[in-house]
Amino acid sequence: MRWAPPLKDAGCAALVALTLAFPLIGFQTSDAGVGFTTRFAWVGVAAVVVFVGRLLLGFAPQRFRLHQRGVRSTAVSDGKFVKLAAAALIVFAVLLPVTPLASRRSIDLATLALIYVILGWGLNVVVGLAGLLDLGYVAFYAVGAYSFALAAQWYHLSFWEMLPLSGMTAAMAGILLGIPVLRLRGDYLAIVTLGFGEIVRIVLNNWTAVTGGPNGVGDIPRPTVFGMPIASGAPVGVTTFNQFVGIAYDPMQRLIWLYYVALAVALAINWYSLHIRRLPVGRAWEAMREDEIACRALGLNPTTIKLSAFATGAMTGGFAGVLFAARAGFVSPESFNFQESATVLSIVVLGGMGSQLGVALAAVILATLPEFGREFAQYRMLIFGAAMVAIMIWRPRGIFTVRAPSVRLDRP
Amino acid sequence: MAYFLQQLVNGLTLGSIYALIAIGYTMVYGIVGMINFAHGEIFMIGAFISLIFFVVLGALGITWLPLALLLVLLIAMALTAVYGWAVERIAYRPLRGSFRLAPLISAIGMSIFLQNYVLLVQGAHEKTLPPMITGGFDLMQSGGFVVSVSWLQLIIVGVTLLLMAVFTAVIRLTPLGRAQRATEQDMTMAALLGIDVDRTISLTFVIGAALAAVAGLMVTLQYGVIDFFIGFLAGIKAFTAAVLGGIGSLPGAMLGGLLIGLIEAFWSGYFPSEYKDVAVYAVLILVLMFRPTGLLGRPEVEKV
Repeated sequence: MRWAPPLKDAGCAALVALTLAFPLIGFQTSDAGVGFTTRFAWVGVAAVVVFVGRLLLGFAPQRFRLHQRGVRSTAVSDGKFVKLAAAALIVFAVLLPVTPLASRRSIDLATLALIYVILGWGLNVVVGLAGLLDLGYVAFYAVGAYSFALAAQWYHLSFWEMLPLSGMTAAMAGILLGIPVLRLRGDYLAIVTLGFGEIVRIVLNNWTAVTGGPNGVGDIPRPTVFGMPIASGAPVGVTTFNQFVGIAYDPMQRLIWLYYVALAVALAINWYSLHIRRLPVGRAWEAMREDEIACRALGLNPTTIKLSAFATGAMTGGFAGVLFAARAGFVSPESFNFQESATVLSIVVLGGMGSQLGVALAAVILATLPEFGREFAQYRMLIFGAAMVAIMIWRPRGIFTVRAPSVRLDRP
Repeated sequence: MAYFLQQLVNGLTLGSIYALIAIGYTMVYGIVGMINFAHGEIFMIGAFISLIFFVVLGALGITWLPLALLLVLLIAMALTAVYGWAVERIAYRPLRGSFRLAPLISAIGMSIFLQNYVLLVQGAHEKTLPPMITGGFDLMQSGGFVVSVSWLQLIIVGVTLLLMAVFTAVIRLTPLGRAQRATEQDMTMAALLGIDVDRTISLTFVIGAALAAVAGLMVTLQYGVIDFFIGFLAGIKAFTAAVLGGIGSLPGAMLGGLLIGLIEAFWSGYFPSEYKDVAVYAVLILVLMFRPTGLLGRPEVEKV
């Protein structure tokens, strides 16, 4: 008798899957003209997969099932493992360019992964700590990248001058957007930030006189080493880094230098995020996330607290934007679409909102996933989407669940 | 004047489509209190199912237009409704009672999933459908400019008005409508009084998806070009419509839809059309900032 309910349940699920798959998988319309091909075998496959999956779920131990309603306590690991893993990760990151793994491709990819780590940590402050869902985070990334690209083009400012300035510009953009919208409730805020992100992209795309429109901005300078460029030859009066230390020029050196710069920025941001969380303002972020009304009753000003989180996140996004521009040497509006915001959000969600290590791991996985083959790249966003739903259902605190709560009250 | 009138006609057509999608947002928000971020993708799926069945029916030899239209309408509504039901069952129901942002994040995940699912199974290229309903009449002529109204535009506005009327009657008069209104006011109390809350919420999603399928069919007929990405923009615009009209309010969704359609049409007519989406986003931001209850909505009371 125990078999009957799960079987019936799985049968129903398979029937639904059949109905869902029938129109969209069963018929493939041709791109040109009016025609179609049928693929009914795949409809059957979909139904069987759903049947088996649902059946397995039906027999799974209780803790894997759905409907774990209500508040659950944050799982806390003892911290030792986390520290060890973090230390190992940092050592690996520092040594990467001298390991056999190092190649032009891998270092470039690692730099991209670090940019996503920085973006993830920045959005983590906004979503994970302060609980403000920002769907237009890519706007601040764009502000950082474009302010560097345009300042380099018009005023010949260097990477090191623009790194802090772009961060500040992005933070200002965050404050300017934040002042009017942070009074809004959680889900309205999400939609408004989404709209803001799209407005930034559309303006970048169409304001051709300043931003170059869809063609973007090119010739973005690479970071120098204490003012000395890494180059094979230099104009008169400029000492290159290679001449200074007396080693031959190799294009690899530029990549490695940018990689270390990105790593340094990432570690600085990590240090900052870990420390600010213990300061009153960081505590206020988390308190605000848990209960805004209680916070207001305790005399905290919601607007300034949210604004500080928003500005911190925006500034981090700006830093990431500068690194992105320096890595590619070129920026265009295409890089800053909603898909990018969604990717960063899924990094934060997958990594566990609020967990530094989890977000870093998720960012590295997401950035390197497409490298494992083109088929994988095709399924990437599909998997992200499904994973976001699954994580919200089973592990709302993220896969890795290593975030130590800042304050913990044990039940007697 | 003639140009103005033409934009008015175009805007009303577009607005009808937005209004149909907006109902799905507004109903779900009213009852569950969440933004069904995947609703735009449901609309996109409705458009795809319509297109696919037009082609399939054509191949089966059903070419008498009224019959084909009716069949496609019914099939698209039914199959899209199943999508709406499944989305609620999989991504939202397990999260009732979870923390605040959980359903929204899950909805975003669902939206990404559905978009890429259609991309994968139907391809990234635009799909085209040759015009089915052609012809129309000229409303007026002035200074060499002809204001024309196509039969299709009349059908779109007519069907929208009809569906709105039916739908309002359902909410006002039927037991289902009563259950929905009760659930909207107080979910726990409604459950205590014997209303099957889960079923009511499911039906809300089903109705919303069916209406979105109608909108999808209309877009397929009117513009003839669809791709996997149309749900994103249409979803945001319809959501803006729902917010503008007052989220949770049905007449508001209709009014908001028409207004957004008109704003978009007139902006494209008189200002640089690249910025027409910016105009809609700006309306969204301004309404949320200065009148979060919208035009017809009731103020929301924050409870502890």
